[in-house]
Amino acid sequence: MGARMVDFGGWDMPVQYSGILEEHHAVRNAVGLFDVSHMGEIEIRGSEALKLAEYVTTNSVARLKPGQIQYSALLYEHGGFVDDILVHKVAEDHFFLCVNASNQEKDYRHIRAANGWHAEVDFSSGRYAQLAIQGPRALAALQKLTTTDLAAIRRHCFTDGEVAAAKARIARSGYTGEDGFEIYVDPGQAPRIWDEVLEAGREFGIKPCGLGARNTLRLEAAMSLYGHEIDASINPFEAGLGWIVKLDKGEFIGRAALEDRSQAGVRRKLTGFEMRGRGIAREGYEIFVEGSPAGWVTSGGPSPTLNRNIGLCYLPVDRAGAGQVIQVMIRGQLVDALTVPTPFYKRAK
Amino acid sequence: MSTYPEELRYTREHEWVRVEGDAGTVGITDHAQQELGDIVYVELPKVGTRVEQGKGLGSVESVKAVSDIYSPVTGEIVEVNESLAEAPEKLNQDPHGAAWLVKIRLSAPEQVRALMPASEYESYIAAEK
Repeated sequence: MGARMVDFGGWDMPVQYSGILEEHHAVRNAVGLFDVSHMGEIEIRGSEALKLAEYVTTNSVARLKPGQIQYSALLYEHGGFVDDILVHKVAEDHFFLCVNASNQEKDYRHIRAANGWHAEVDFSSGRYAQLAIQGPRALAALQKLTTTDLAAIRRHCFTDGEVAAAKARIARSGYTGEDGFEIYVDPGQAPRIWDEVLEAGREFGIKPCGLGARNTLRLEAAMSLYGHEIDASINPFEAGLGWIVKLDKGEFIGRAALEDRSQAGVRRKLTGFEMRGRGIAREGYEIFVEGSPAGWVTSGGPSPTLNRNIGLCYLPVDRAGAGQVIQVMIRGQLVDALTVPTPFYKRAK
Repeated sequence: MSTYPEELRYTREHEWVRVEGDAGTVGITDHAQQELGDIVYVELPKVGTRVEQGKGLGSVESVKAVSDIYSPVTGEIVEVNESLAEAPEKLNQDPHGAAWLVKIRLSAPEQVRALMPASEYESYIAAEK
């Protein structure tokens, strides 16, 4: 395949196949296939599954219907992130959580420790491989391999069916800012399904894609990445994720701290920016406002779609609106940038 | 058939230099551009800048990361490849040719003898993998 591999938390992960730019454009304009089997899966089952799921996550699990997916977070008592997750409601007594690879053991321990009910918590990562088929032609490519009517699956919904004659959980979700699907399959079947998806997608210009393109795509869509935009020191309001926090849903871990913060206000806020001067802002670079240190870059790089250098950073709340001139310290030099609204890229509906 | 021209000398940091008279043309190697991936930005010194062997000369950025370039020789910058500012992707296409970075007037030409010839550099990168 000619993939360039890196070690990612013990997984040999492809950074790129044909090149990050080519893969990025394939996802924006056609379809790309990602192996994201490193992602973790945790399942909560039993008659009290809802109670536990509600208690460990920030979003309202009670509002979910079977077959729906919800973006949510696991928090510490102090309001910082344990992880950001997707909650899939399989049935009234069964929730399927997709979690970040590097956090999965920590997440599992966190949920187990919070289980004051008779819910069953299973670490299921070994039972699922995950492939992401993303881009405007994702539906057409994947439809060739399944009798499930993919057009009938709405965004942030899923259904259990078959792909390439293998059992698959088919979710209309993704981390690219495009339409697409994430399928959860038996790891033993995954290499064959990978090959079949590539073959089925050939007529649509499918490209295998690595972690490099996954990162440029999610950055353009201004989606948070754990360890960059969010971590234990950041709360959801700071990260612009107040919409996944339902303070009125009842007790959950982190709620008291967030209630305080929602009243007192947050001090810093995740903000998008575009470079005005020459240079590329990278993670960890310092941000200056009127000559003084004011924040830091959480993710930055070139935007292949927009052909501009973009980034996300934390800034004091009074500086976090769009249209502010800021400076990024790039290898000893202050370079002008402008805060802009996010997402940087939004697909045409 | 070799990817690495015999007339170039190579560093452990994956730069090359080609000496003609008292000037050395400097670039990054094919191995370097492969490792970096799509190159999107190049930062180079101005003409007249003094550079030292093993010290920073500039940087190249790919989509995913920034990498420093170290000067293979000591001397003064006499020419900069301005075309790379507009077309940094040339570094992926022709790293040993059209995508040279700078020309340096050598103040210590004997430094070049200590750099690796093509065959040694090829063994070096093979061992690095």
